[in-house]
Amino acid sequence: MHFPPPAPSPPLAPTTLVALDGVGKRFASGTQALAGVDLRIGEGEFLAILGPSGCGKSTLLRLIAGLAEPSEGVIRRAAARQVGFVFQDPTLLPWSDAITNVRLPLRLAGFEREEQEARAAQALAAVGLAGFERAYPRELSGGMRMRVSLARALVTRPSLLLMDEPFAALDELTRHRLNDDLLGLAAGSGMTVVFVTHSVFESVYLASRIIVMAARPGRIAAEMPVDAPGENGAPRPPGFRTSAEYAGLCREATEALEWAMTQ
Amino acid sequence: MKVADAVAPGLVGLAVLGGWEALVRHYAVPAYVLPGPVAIWQALLADWPLLAGSLLVTLRIALLALALAVSLGGLLAVLFAQSRWVERAFFPYAVVLQVTPIVAIAPLILIWVDDVTVSLLICAWIVAFFPVLSNTVLGLNSADRNHVELFRLYGASRWQTLWLLRLPGALPFFLAGLRVAGGLALIGAVVAEFVAGAGGTGSGLAFRILEAGYQLKIPRMFAALALISAAGIAIFAVLSLVQHLLLRRWHESALKPEG
Repeated sequence: MHFPPPAPSPPLAPTTLVALDGVGKRFASGTQALAGVDLRIGEGEFLAILGPSGCGKSTLLRLIAGLAEPSEGVIRRAAARQVGFVFQDPTLLPWSDAITNVRLPLRLAGFEREEQEARAAQALAAVGLAGFERAYPRELSGGMRMRVSLARALVTRPSLLLMDEPFAALDELTRHRLNDDLLGLAAGSGMTVVFVTHSVFESVYLASRIIVMAARPGRIAAEMPVDAPGENGAPRPPGFRTSAEYAGLCREATEALEWAMTQ
Repeated sequence: MKVADAVAPGLVGLAVLGGWEALVRHYAVPAYVLPGPVAIWQALLADWPLLAGSLLVTLRIALLALALAVSLGGLLAVLFAQSRWVERAFFPYAVVLQVTPIVAIAPLILIWVDDVTVSLLICAWIVAFFPVLSNTVLGLNSADRNHVELFRLYGASRWQTLWLLRLPGALPFFLAGLRVAGGLALIGAVVAEFVAGAGGTGSGLAFRILEAGYQLKIPRMFAALALISAAGIAIFAVLSLVQHLLLRRWHESALKPEG
């Protein structure tokens, strides 16, 4: 059999938002954080990146966001995509109230003040914080701050939402509630979500597809589709968290993660 | 501040003043060696027109110098924060200006600058601008890494990052520097007046102290000294209030402990 050599930069398939080919990242310190990552992120999917601490999953997310440049390989992105990013910390500006924090991306993009205010109020209402527009970050609980941060990421109506272990510091009940709200928001918008986490349970609950990463150097070790009710970002049905089906999927993901850690 | 917080220092002050007065009276210390608080108070009232005029002269120099320190120190800080190279190249000279004692530079400035008021102003400014400069530079360079990335992600311009992120983030640092600069501006003004001495316009509080010293009017000397302290306390209090009002909604330093 004879295969023709691949074209240098073939166009993206219409349903692909981001494509990574042979991507690696070496830091100035010499640490190889990522190596040989091939990944396609499709339109409307909810992708979880699961891995132990230090496996380079945050670095991968930063590369996808364009916050860092790969030292090897190519990253291609669909044109006209709007990216939202939610950091590990809420990273709100402490001197601004909630609505001013949320309208920041629109302000930076030069929107009219009135439109900024209207869309920011809308985004705050969408994350369940109507009435907290004038509250300062320090007057809000950890979960509410993260909701403001989420509203800020959603206010530009992104086609791609990148989340870097956003709920890791929250208590379990708050995290569960935010998981459900996030699924609802994602389902209503048709946006693609890439969600970095080290929690097997969170990844199975949220994602339609899980990428399992291994460390030293950071690379993709396994991939697992999540065939569960309400896939592709739709909210999970009530009782899913305690169902046998969820438990089975979690076992499967745990085994994949454990296998990845021996690699 | 609660009323109870003012009671303890108030009592200490009253006790010290009472003991001072009692000792001066008991040992019949002559007023030209050490006047008691009552004599100083009387001198303050008797010489009030003279001393109040001098107070205004000194305050005017100090406040003008502070305003200059804030505007020029702040402006320089913003310039320094634009590039590491600029900061590295010019910051050492700001330090040289700061560490050279103002008493040593003041005579030169008085010789070079004809207008005594202007030369006093320059002296007070040299002393006051450094804390504003160094604190603001530190504040501008202390922007949270994640915040910087956030601004980069949303395509913020250099100007937007400065105006919406770095300047508000530097505010607490700037205000801390301002509080120090307020006291230093007054010190700079007084020191420069001393150096200018009798050759100066001869109307500030420092000049009154020198003059009263020559004339052995020691109670007036103390009264002028008390006015300088009061002016320093007032400047500090006003700047503390400004700091509190600007930071109370969001900064850790202005938070009251819960419960």
